[in-house]
Amino acid sequence: MFSAMLGEAWHAMGANRLRTFLTMLGMVIGVGAVVLMMAIGQGAEASVKRSISAMGSHLFVVLSGPPRMGGARTATGNAPSLNVRDANAISELYGVMGVAPVTMGKGQVVYASNNWNTDVIGTTAEYMDIRGWGLSAGYAFSASDTRSATRVALLGKTVVQNLFGDDGEVDPVGKTIRINQRPFVVLGVLDSKGQTLDGRDQDDTIIVPLTTAQRKLFGNQLPGTVRQIMVQAESDNVMSMVEEALNSLLNQRHNIREGADSDFSVRNLTAIANSAAETARTMSLLLGAIASVSLLVGGIGIMNIMLVSVTERTREIGIRMAIGARERDILMQFLLEAIMISIVGCLIGIVIGVTGAVLVSVFTQAEVIVSSASVLIAFSVAASIGVFFGFYPARKAARLNPIEALRYQ
Amino acid sequence: MQASVIEVKHLYKAYRSAAGDFPVLKDVNLQVLPGDYVAIMGPSGSGKSTFMNILGCLDMPTAGSYVLDGYAVATMAADQVAKVRNQTIGFVFQGFNLLARASLLDNVALPLVYAGVSKEERHTRARLLLEKVGLSKHLDSHPNQISGGQQQRVAIARALVNQPRLILADEPTGNLDSTTSEEIMAIFDGLNQEGITIVLVTHETDIAEHAKRQVRFLDGCIVQDTGAAIAKASGVDHV
Ligand SMILES: Nc1ncnc2c1ncn2[C@@H]1O[C@H](COP(=O)(O)OP(=O)(O)OP(=O)(O)O)[C@@H](O)[C@H]1O
Ligand SMILES: [Mg+2]
Repeated sequence: MFSAMLGEAWHAMGANRLRTFLTMLGMVIGVGAVVLMMAIGQGAEASVKRSISAMGSHLFVVLSGPPRMGGARTATGNAPSLNVRDANAISELYGVMGVAPVTMGKGQVVYASNNWNTDVIGTTAEYMDIRGWGLSAGYAFSASDTRSATRVALLGKTVVQNLFGDDGEVDPVGKTIRINQRPFVVLGVLDSKGQTLDGRDQDDTIIVPLTTAQRKLFGNQLPGTVRQIMVQAESDNVMSMVEEALNSLLNQRHNIREGADSDFSVRNLTAIANSAAETARTMSLLLGAIASVSLLVGGIGIMNIMLVSVTERTREIGIRMAIGARERDILMQFLLEAIMISIVGCLIGIVIGVTGAVLVSVFTQAEVIVSSASVLIAFSVAASIGVFFGFYPARKAARLNPIEALRYQ
Repeated sequence: MQASVIEVKHLYKAYRSAAGDFPVLKDVNLQVLPGDYVAIMGPSGSGKSTFMNILGCLDMPTAGSYVLDGYAVATMAADQVAKVRNQTIGFVFQGFNLLARASLLDNVALPLVYAGVSKEERHTRARLLLEKVGLSKHLDSHPNQISGGQQQRVAIARALVNQPRLILADEPTGNLDSTTSEEIMAIFDGLNQEGITIVLVTHETDIAEHAKRQVRFLDGCIVQDTGAAIAKASGVDHV
């Protein structure tokens, strides 16, 4: 009996194709929008999460220069206020696991006839551990390289591609490149890290020993000064304690009295990253919510058409009742029709949403994720909308008085 | 003594309107025994259709009792009434009332859907009945592709598909010419011979003469009843 009703619902849908299609369109657009928006939102969330784990965990960065309001501008003056001795002092603090002083600048890199402009980071061997950054080839430099300021370099993937070509035929390890005209031996190739939260390519980087950078690349700086110090805490639990200790230690070392402006700033990168993840999640939810409104509108469209359909088919309902249809048979018939419209609309919507998501990822390079959960949610929401908005018209049909329905012209 | 198929006592029906209640049936009493063949006649507006609709459980009386096949219709739950319409009664309308979108086979099989019969059996039984009314060549046609007489045959087939005890027909030949009417009446005659109780409404005396018993309505009252042949034979005192 149920299958007979399904068949009838299917026929009823086919009886007025244009109208059915238009009714469905609301559902199609709604579901398509939900699937697409959730794909974009979840993609953003995932890429944020990946950048966070690529950044390293429970990290602080201490920047030279006074703290500026309004975020992550390079608050580094011409004369960096931090130095290697600050870094050494920080490493003595309780709860600190690793410290890496960092200085950086632009470098023009040349290998054979290839030329590339990239960021050069001068730091200690510990930097790699703090950032959780591995090597895909060769090996990292050691403390002795830092001590003796050897001309060795670790290349990011993007740099390798630009200097040695994409095909991987030339092994960069052991080759000599020139950075700002000075020869450097390539010690290793860095693992790919992808983009940062703000979209910079982290693989477009060269890492050299701190001392080498200070003395041989960016020679105009005061000896021993660094632009920033990366600090890794032992665990999430000690983050706030370490932050306080950092501030008081550096204030003391830099002779900054209480209430005076400090010449450094401490940023909790993990907190910033977490809030970015939170933002991405909120955005994802918001997009979904906005898209759901169109589902609601689609549902109202279905209800509207079902009401029209019940009125138009009053006589048919009367005939069915006269030959023995119970109230619940009529109810089921119209409910099934509404559900079928929304489910078919939903399926089309899913196809369109997924196609849209693929197109978005192809054309914008943004990451999109179509999860089975989002498809399932869209599907079940659509089905419940069919039930919810189909119920009132169906009940109206079922409650008709048979003789009045039969008399209806 | 045989139990009656229809037993109507002191039946009243009034339509409510702005100008007050408008009585259509006033104290109608009727008893129909199994196998009876009743023709209801009377002028237009005398309440025949109203009465038939009440007999067919499509409408409810304002007052009075209606016992169908031993059960008081007024006390039945909605689903039970639906079951009665589905299985005890076959209703044939003047305007055929077929579903335009469905094939003849599906039209005839529709009551079986509501009876919960399986698809194969639905089709077998519907095909059988369409053959019986002479439409075996039109199983997949649609109502708008066949003549009025043929449509009424389909309607009769549909009324018969659940093997009802009682056929109610409100002017079944009202939309048909006299030759076609005779053909339809021949079907009813045959059904009555098989033992099915029939009550039909007609304006034409030659149609009414097919029946065993004629009942005449006037202004919502039965003014003439030639009496139940069966009832007389079995000595039951009809009203
Ligand atoms: N739904 C209704 N509301 C109000 N009055 C009605 C309604 N249905 C029927 N009537 C009135 O009830 C009276 C009887 O109608 P009914 O249809 O039973 O007559 P009938 O004997 O079948 O006539 P006909 O031979 O023309 O079919 C008529 O006067 C009609 O106006
Ligand atoms: Mg009438």
